[in-house]
Amino acid sequence: MTKFNYTAKDFKSAAEVRWCPGCGDYAIMNAVQKTMADMDIAHKDFAVISGIGCSSRFPYYMSTYGFHTIHGRAAAIASGVKSANPDLTVWVITGDGDSLAIGGNHFIHLVRRNINLNLVLFNNKIYGLTKGQYSPTSDRGKITKTSPFGTIEDSFIPGQLVLGSRGTFFARAIDSNVKHTQEVLAESAKHEGTSVVEVLQNCVIFNDGIHDYVADPKFRAERQLFLMKGEPMIFGEQEDKGLILENGHLKVVKIGENGITREDILVHHPEEDNLGLQVALINMALPEFPVAMGVIRSVKAPIYDQEMKKQIETVQAKRRVTCMDELLQSGNTWTVDGENCSEPVKFFDNKCFV
Amino acid sequence: MKDAKVIELEEVAIRFSGDSGDGMQLTGTLFSDTSALFGNDISTFPDYPSEIRAPQGTVGGVSGFQVQFGKKKITTPGDLAHVLIAMNPAALKANAAFMNPGGTIIFDVDSFSEKNFAKAQFQTLDPFAELKLDDYFKIPVPITSLTKESLKDLELDNKSVLRCKNMFALGLICWMFERPLDYIERFIQNKFGKKSPLIAEANLKVLHDGYNYGMNMQHATPRFIVHPAPIEKGIYRNINGNLATAWGLLAAAEKSGLNLFIGSYPITPATDVLQALAERKDLGVKSFQAEDEIAGICTTIGAAFAGHLAVTSTSGPGFALKAEALGLSVMAELPIVVVNVQRGGPSTGLPTKTEQSDLLQTLYGRNGESPLVVVAASTPSDCFYYAFLAAKIALERMVPVVLLTDGFLGNGSEPWRVPSMSELPSITPRKATNPELFKPYNRDPETLAREWAVPGMEGFEHRIGGLEKNAAGGVSHDPENHHINTQIRAEKVAKVVDMIPELEVVGEAEGDLLVVGWGGTYGHMISSVRAMQNAGKKVSLAHFNYIKPLPKNTAEVFSKFKKIVVCELNLGQFASYLRDSVPGFHYYQVNKMKGLPFSVHELVENFEKILEA
Repeated sequence: MTKFNYTAKDFKSAAEVRWCPGCGDYAIMNAVQKTMADMDIAHKDFAVISGIGCSSRFPYYMSTYGFHTIHGRAAAIASGVKSANPDLTVWVITGDGDSLAIGGNHFIHLVRRNINLNLVLFNNKIYGLTKGQYSPTSDRGKITKTSPFGTIEDSFIPGQLVLGSRGTFFARAIDSNVKHTQEVLAESAKHEGTSVVEVLQNCVIFNDGIHDYVADPKFRAERQLFLMKGEPMIFGEQEDKGLILENGHLKVVKIGENGITREDILVHHPEEDNLGLQVALINMALPEFPVAMGVIRSVKAPIYDQEMKKQIETVQAKRRVTCMDELLQSGNTWTVDGENCSEPVKFFDNKCFV
Repeated sequence: MKDAKVIELEEVAIRFSGDSGDGMQLTGTLFSDTSALFGNDISTFPDYPSEIRAPQGTVGGVSGFQVQFGKKKITTPGDLAHVLIAMNPAALKANAAFMNPGGTIIFDVDSFSEKNFAKAQFQTLDPFAELKLDDYFKIPVPITSLTKESLKDLELDNKSVLRCKNMFALGLICWMFERPLDYIERFIQNKFGKKSPLIAEANLKVLHDGYNYGMNMQHATPRFIVHPAPIEKGIYRNINGNLATAWGLLAAAEKSGLNLFIGSYPITPATDVLQALAERKDLGVKSFQAEDEIAGICTTIGAAFAGHLAVTSTSGPGFALKAEALGLSVMAELPIVVVNVQRGGPSTGLPTKTEQSDLLQTLYGRNGESPLVVVAASTPSDCFYYAFLAAKIALERMVPVVLLTDGFLGNGSEPWRVPSMSELPSITPRKATNPELFKPYNRDPETLAREWAVPGMEGFEHRIGGLEKNAAGGVSHDPENHHINTQIRAEKVAKVVDMIPELEVVGEAEGDLLVVGWGGTYGHMISSVRAMQNAGKKVSLAHFNYIKPLPKNTAEVFSKFKKIVVCELNLGQFASYLRDSVPGFHYYQVNKMKGLPFSVHELVENFEKILEA
């Protein structure tokens, strides 16, 4: 039984949504709103924080507390919100440009600290709001307005960055698969610590179809591997393909060929601290491999905001100073009370109107 | 035995000086604390290089600590030292210019070797003649060898033995100025007693040997008597500006009933504010050492959004990095306090030296029309009150407040009569109360402050951000709305004038010259103005703590004087601001850009010239 009986609709604000028609953001917002409704937490206890970019307009469209901040800083501002009040449910909405370029530093430190919030990274591999320049996730050689002859840089793979920053949760989804996105967001919401969900998102105006090759429903079974905790990593129309480890590397095999059986296929354990395998899953790319979707890593680790709270409680349990008057008079003080001494003058008698 | 030469003084300045590894800052601090406890009023000035350890024995590596104490109110650490303790020739060279003519120089004769003369780049083997210190009173003391001799029976390595040299000097100075040793003994016991009893024993032994050396050699050393100062009754402690700032913020948190959050990044000379607050988990402080300056202010803004008294601390270059986020707090109208402990600039500038050159950056250094409240503390101890007031203004007017202090205030110390919390004014944050009427940008008609609703409050859910909004909190690109809001944000800051006192004048309300200053130059300004007044000149002081908004009566005060001179440790930033904000006057300027405070002497000289002009 739920307390609030919320539906996704209850999380929509009155503000008019101003994304381009056909933008992948709509689908992601629906998934987030559905996830929030299912979390059964009061509106008042949500804070949705964003930076700058198309996706970062998100808080305005939510009926919760929201803060649309400045370029790249959502992770830092959200870190302050959650550290101040660990009881809040904090969501960070951000894009590949916002989080991985100008906000790269805050992003990695948020993940490293393991602050208990959910970060949804909309990855359309382009700068949308500034109208079509390449982003840190644009592929090498990408031709854009600021790279008319193709980029000469390698791109970030967001999951690698998360794991490289000692991330405890990383998952991947795609905007066109709302049901799966929502399942993944629900898992991220349950995770205690920083959960990063990369959602492959289509920008209809500046990078239309960038994820089509992965997303094409006709080939979804061949090109996407849906990871499930405790299940073998099997994919394909006939569910006849799977992953094995060979000489330390992942390899796609066909069940039934070369004596491979279902039992030979690797089983997915996101809860195990197996960075090597999880990075290998994150790196899988077409055409050699399917793209890994779902929760790739979800491990337990101390949570910053809880540790901060605990540390204060521990110190307070054996403290000597309990209030300012005690602090002011602690340590090296001395009393002046001589006959030729004057009465004290109160500072605020002349420095401020009380 | 002849009687010691006894000199009775009203006030005296001592400068401890040595290599940056010689422990001069500790020696100076211990002597200052002892003097304060003895009942003298004091003022201190630590002066140290930005390198952790510059090459030993070189002038660049000299670390100094000056303290002035006296039987009357002490407002500065003193222009020139009466007594210099020089642990090596480089220390002598670096400080010769800061000596009172005919002063006393105590030096470690063991270190006055040919090798060290070369390191300090003396041309001859007579550094005193080279520095024209011939007629100064010189006391050669074999500090190094006496320290070694003192500790020869303890099983200590040579390095640890040499580390005790500063205690010999301290003991000797304590004898010369009749300071009891018990406070220093307690300090040494607390610092080393439990962890390394041998080190504690060594330090104590050397301290006493230094003291006894003075007593035994009294025919050769003068002895000074400085009587206690008549001051207000109360409980006192010695406090530096950075600690006072941290405690003022803590006091504001308690008064306002809010938790204190500090998001910050270490930077000289502001780091101590963060450190002092990080230490106060017992009072519930949440301290967040951010990945950079930007994250420092951003976490602070997040904590303010979440309902905390939220603070960030920094110095010049760090303040520059915070500019964009500071603009966000102006736009979102969230109450944050930013402490800028100014240092020499531009860029990395003079990281350990004082300056007042961030004023224009503070007032104008953001994109757009971005007004905020600017407050400046004027002495180490009143950093407490201005930090408290900065928080009060921020929380009651929903506006970011920048508190300007500087390296001189932050590191300098003075005795402070400790207030009780009941003496401090109340702080009433503008927490929203009625969800039916709440709109994020509804304003109090008197103050123009909006209400503060924070996540977790039922019925007040709303969205804010850096984009221009209408009163209901919706994003608005309406030209009229932006024009009006720009005026409202400026007017809101202007209305803070209702909270602040009128400008006071020290001295007559009219006269020939009004000396104007702001912030950390107060001590030197008031000393120089009093010197002029004592000489019968019609000179008064108007010192500003509230810079934006300026006190209501500023123009009126200015109008009563024939001449006005604005003194600051920059090229005239406050003077330009006054020309713009309080027009119609001619502002003379006295400016200094040496990484050092003013000296009373140079101020007086300048004022006399202006009077004659």
